[in-house]
Amino acid sequence: MRIAKYIGIRLLYIIPVMLGVTILVFLISHTIPGDPASLIAGPKASKATIERIRHDLGLDKPIYVQYMIYLRGLLKGDFGKSIRTGIDVATDLKKYFPATLELTFFSMLFAIGAGIPLGIISAIKRNRWPDHISRTFSIFGVSMPVFWLGLLLLLVFYSKLKILPGSGRLDTILSPPTHITGMYTIDALLTGNWPVFISALTHLILPAFCLGYVYLAIITRITRSSMLEVLNKEYIETARANGIPEKSIILKHALKNALIPVVTIIGISFGELMGGAILTETIFSFPGVGKYVVESINYLDFPAIMGFTVVVTFIYVFMNLLVDVIYAFLDPQIRY
Amino acid sequence: MEELLKVEGLHTYFHTYRGVLKALTGVSFSLYPGEILGLVGETGCGKSVTARSIMRLIKEPGKIEEGKILYRGKDLLSLSEEEMRTIRGKDISMIFQEPMTSLNPVLKIGTLMSEVIMVHKKVNKNRALNIAKKMLKEVKMPDPEGVLNKYPFELSGGMRQRVMIAMALSSDPEILIADEPTTALDVTIQGQILRLIIDLSQKRGTAVLLITHDLGVVANVADRVIVMYAGNIVEEGRVKSIFTNPSHPYTKGLLRSLPSLAKEGEELPTIPGTLPNLIYPPKGCLFYDRCDIREEYCKEGRPERFHLGEEHYVWCHKIKNEKMERLGYGRTD
Ligand SMILES: Nc1ncnc2c1ncn2[C@@H]1O[C@H](COP(=O)(O)OP(=O)(O)O)[C@@H](O)[C@H]1O
Ligand code: SF4
Ligand SMILES: [Mg+2]
Repeated sequence: MRIAKYIGIRLLYIIPVMLGVTILVFLISHTIPGDPASLIAGPKASKATIERIRHDLGLDKPIYVQYMIYLRGLLKGDFGKSIRTGIDVATDLKKYFPATLELTFFSMLFAIGAGIPLGIISAIKRNRWPDHISRTFSIFGVSMPVFWLGLLLLLVFYSKLKILPGSGRLDTILSPPTHITGMYTIDALLTGNWPVFISALTHLILPAFCLGYVYLAIITRITRSSMLEVLNKEYIETARANGIPEKSIILKHALKNALIPVVTIIGISFGELMGGAILTETIFSFPGVGKYVVESINYLDFPAIMGFTVVVTFIYVFMNLLVDVIYAFLDPQIRY
Repeated sequence: MEELLKVEGLHTYFHTYRGVLKALTGVSFSLYPGEILGLVGETGCGKSVTARSIMRLIKEPGKIEEGKILYRGKDLLSLSEEEMRTIRGKDISMIFQEPMTSLNPVLKIGTLMSEVIMVHKKVNKNRALNIAKKMLKEVKMPDPEGVLNKYPFELSGGMRQRVMIAMALSSDPEILIADEPTTALDVTIQGQILRLIIDLSQKRGTAVLLITHDLGVVANVADRVIVMYAGNIVEEGRVKSIFTNPSHPYTKGLLRSLPSLAKEGEELPTIPGTLPNLIYPPKGCLFYDRCDIREEYCKEGRPERFHLGEEHYVWCHKIKNEKMERLGYGRTD
């Protein structure tokens, strides 16, 4: 299988990327001014105490030795201990990260699931009212600041209409589902826990919409323009001249070609989406990794910051791999 | 014989930002069952627009403004889009000039061909693939089975054009419109592909509208020829009468510029001048600016069809007048 080999090679690429990113993050976090040891020790601590803490944390060793120790830990899934909380970073990430991932995933699902059909409709009804509606909708998406949209959504759907929850991941009377992935909707589905599933889902609607709206707008626009371009190609005329039904022309002959640039945008957006998630979490008091990261940064909690960065990078690299695989399926001319 | 296709007074315009481009202004001709009709004229004269109008594939800002396109007596312009769709590829097929861009790059040949067959023949996928394979054999495609599993980019231009021909003929259409089917191909295979189109359609009794800018191409294969200039037909006749007895100055010019007819060592003459502006066309004969026998009265109005001899027609004021005078009628305008 050519495609299996292709995926294998792309998986190998992950290694140098991850090495590079960890080195970079490690260097940056160890060269910015600020001393975690004195932060931990507090303002009144003696010089000896600070030195002892520094020694305990391994901060007195040469930087490359520190890096090797860190890397060895990483390979075993050990991200080190948080300086701020004293808990394993891995434990904290496991606790907070799934919520963020779930939010990001649903935003993406919404952006893709609505953006692509909207873009298609816009293209085939070009300059008629469905196109005007969809374009107006997407202009709002790219021009509205996220915090403002978030507050607006809260005001309308939570305060005024009272039809959607405005904070948290679950109704307070419900307890979280058995921890499998940490994503409530998925865990609830896997355990057949319907009330929790519904509640988790309704809690995701506003933040996912808020976070995904910009990407929905971008995906709609790219799909529209890409679709319009493809519909003007000669091979579409060939299909028409052969009497192929319009539905197949759009969904089979044109869409497969038109999706190629859309997939690129989706891949690029994912990283930004994870960044945007942190702001969205703040607006909707969504207990994801956002608050944890902000506090870690304020505290110069290197192990936590690095752990977060490594995980985000890994997800990002993985998403790019996924995009490349989808490419290979869409475009037979991709060289494996 | 009753005509298979009858085009009457076809007007197709393009509503561009700069103005209304009148690409066709009153094109009329007939195509008879099983015949090969050449449609000749220089680039930009409206050949492709004629073909696309017949297929009703004119896209915005283009529009068929006026005229009739009768297929077996039924006006295609009065059909719904869905009714027209069932005619395309089944009763009237078309092959295009650019084989490199006319096949969908992300779909396999087998997928492309079988879909057309399934749509028109209402057969299942396996049966359709079998028919596709048979068609590929007919167009002399090496390794038909393997080609079904290939993507267009894996085939050469000539092979892609064979696929286009196989696809166009797969539902046994009565009319094949071939719009410059060999122009984009390597000269070494042009003859081969042309031969293939002619032989296959003759064998199947398919009538062909063979479009080309090269009068030489139709010389050997067509039964009749129509010569087009600036969106109008200027001469129509059997190949033999057009070549031995051309009448319109434009046709004569085209013939003079044929390499095969020029004398050894002589430089090929071309017709001086360019096509008239089709947004603001002159009132009279559109060929006036380039005509070497023009008269003042040619500026008065558009020439009409004039019967010269058996199945031979010309659109020219002067020829008509001279002929009428010789016959003792005097000038008619
Ligand atoms: N989509 C279009 N928009 C504007 N003008 C067009 C379009 N298609 C064709 N035309 C014009 O119509 C005329 C005839 O073109 P065409 O039929 O393609 O010529 P050809 O005889 O070379 O096939 C040309 O003047 C061309 O510029
Ligand atoms: S009508 Fe007049 S200008 Fe036109 S082709 Fe005949 S002679 Fe020439
Ligand atoms: Mg053309």
